[in-house]
Amino acid sequence: MPEIKNYTLNFGPQHPAAHGVLRLVLELDGEVVQRADPHIGLLHRGTEKLAESKPYNQTIGYMDRLDYISMMCNEHGYVMAIEKLLDLDIPERARYIRVMFDEITRILNHLMWIGTHALDVGAMTMFLYAFREREDLMDLYEAVSGTRMHATYYRPGGVARDLPDAMPQYEQNRWRSKREAARLNENRQGSMLDFTEDFTQRFPGYVDEYETLLTDNRIWKQRTVDIGIVSEERAYQLGFTGPMLRGSGVEWDLRKKQPYEVYDRMDFDIPVGTNGDCYDRYLVRIEEMRQSNRIIKQCIEWLRVNPGIVMTENHKVAPPRRELIKADMEGLIHHFKLFTEGYTLPEGEVYTAIEAPKGEFGVYLISDGSNKPYRLKIRAPGFAHLSAMNEMATGHMLADVVAIIGTQDIVFGEIDR
Amino acid sequence: MSNSRQQLADSLRSNFADKLSSVKYEFREITAVVTVENYIEVATELRDNGEYDFSQLVDLCGVDYLQFGQAEWQTDDASRAGFSRGVDATTSAGRLQFGDELESISTQGSRFAVSCHLLSYSKNLRLRLKVFAPDDGFPVVPTLTGVWAVADWYEREAFDLFGILFSDHPDLRRILTDYGFVGHPFRKDFPLVGHVEMRYDPEKERVVYEPVTIEPRVLVPKVIRKDHRYIEDAQDEANGDA
Repeated sequence: MPEIKNYTLNFGPQHPAAHGVLRLVLELDGEVVQRADPHIGLLHRGTEKLAESKPYNQTIGYMDRLDYISMMCNEHGYVMAIEKLLDLDIPERARYIRVMFDEITRILNHLMWIGTHALDVGAMTMFLYAFREREDLMDLYEAVSGTRMHATYYRPGGVARDLPDAMPQYEQNRWRSKREAARLNENRQGSMLDFTEDFTQRFPGYVDEYETLLTDNRIWKQRTVDIGIVSEERAYQLGFTGPMLRGSGVEWDLRKKQPYEVYDRMDFDIPVGTNGDCYDRYLVRIEEMRQSNRIIKQCIEWLRVNPGIVMTENHKVAPPRRELIKADMEGLIHHFKLFTEGYTLPEGEVYTAIEAPKGEFGVYLISDGSNKPYRLKIRAPGFAHLSAMNEMATGHMLADVVAIIGTQDIVFGEIDR
Repeated sequence: MSNSRQQLADSLRSNFADKLSSVKYEFREITAVVTVENYIEVATELRDNGEYDFSQLVDLCGVDYLQFGQAEWQTDDASRAGFSRGVDATTSAGRLQFGDELESISTQGSRFAVSCHLLSYSKNLRLRLKVFAPDDGFPVVPTLTGVWAVADWYEREAFDLFGILFSDHPDLRRILTDYGFVGHPFRKDFPLVGHVEMRYDPEKERVVYEPVTIEPRVLVPKVIRKDHRYIEDAQDEANGDA
């Protein structure tokens, strides 16, 4: 008999299924995982330390780059912490815009998740489908902020600007004929809200397409059912939040349980799994996309009939309008102080949490009364999820590790920070 | 909601009177500071007692109080010096250069703290549990891994970034910094630009580490305005809410 030894395998950091720069040291017995030891930190940029050397507003841009699949949700957690310390009231319309974009971001994130998860497991088509829809949502980001990803759209006191009356248009060029451009621009003739509404009409149909491809697919089920089971008890212990926790059967959603902004006025449901395996988490996230679509529709309805300001008029934290700077001494002073020194927060510490697409995204802010954070701690949902990798992967086959990485919805921007 | 928070604060005060050094209710959040000897006992009780039922540790992080409340630009009086007094100062971590030492002046007593955020799913309540490490030079705090499994990585992170040691931790390795990294980067006396930079050396045909060449560049001085207008409002609001 030949001597059989355990085999140590280095998975990543340059592996297409590692979702970024994950280095996973796997101890294998044959093809069965005995121990999984994730090595992280390859994308560590010290965001929290950088924030300590900058005035509060200059850090918003860094938040986009944490979980770079759900950009605006990170901003939301951060500006909410500042608003809580300042005890700042923000305009109603800004609240609705934030909720709408949080949900657009959720769909954006879940589309990325389903695309890559399915691609890792072997369903190439999903990736192409998901990116087709992501394009429309990216255009919404572009319409309000000018950039497709790192928006810096949420500001303490509201949002940077109101929703635009027009959508960016496709142009005719060497690769795109006039007719093709016209076809792409067809639903972009109206305002941004018109385009968003058009998207919400189409989107349930798209989700049906995904489900046709996957939900009853034999191969998909073989790869995900009973893989990476986490019981409710363990889910608490391992710090699971968001879809990972709901997949294990816990009915918990910060949007319902500790509502922020205007979520208490929204009508939506929380999907919950029963087995706590990869397939249940898949079903939960699919249903979340449908629910997000519902919330977006409600926001559009409200935003159409309720125009108003989107930024607080408190010029200690929000810059005054251009006319005011030119015509008013106070306005000029406010503008100058805000952009040279920033604003100071009262001494104290707060923790704010939002239901980000991946789970609870928390910001712990300690202020010593200065114009910069004394300590900023970002509670990234993915960090806790990845720390459970060893427990989830042990006893599974090597190929299942890929499915588990996919179901955890790992993004290294937020884990390494 | 605010009522139940107040109840929790009162209940903590009466149940753990001698174990907690303070219970504060500020900004609609409860902060309980526990002494290091009673840390594990209180944490276990908070998890197991049905009255609290803090089933999850949401977050755990280290804090370095070395420079708490120190500004770079005094705003009490008018000064003859110009903008440079704010930019040239080398008193903050952002401006430290390679080899600079920072005098340790702590305002809060102990320098290092570990701050945990607990969440009770059944009661829908949050609590911040803080513990200060008694020795500034050799900060040691017991580990929470026996109470909440998720503490494992969070404590590794706090060890890596702040050098806080967790006694009885099963696997206290560095987690976020590079292999072979020296120092604890989130300490306030660690320069923002770091100590070493890395490049590929074509002659040696390997990656080499060298002292940093970039200059620290912080353009906005840290300013504390004691006179500012939010303090009283925020306190009133917190008290009124209570």
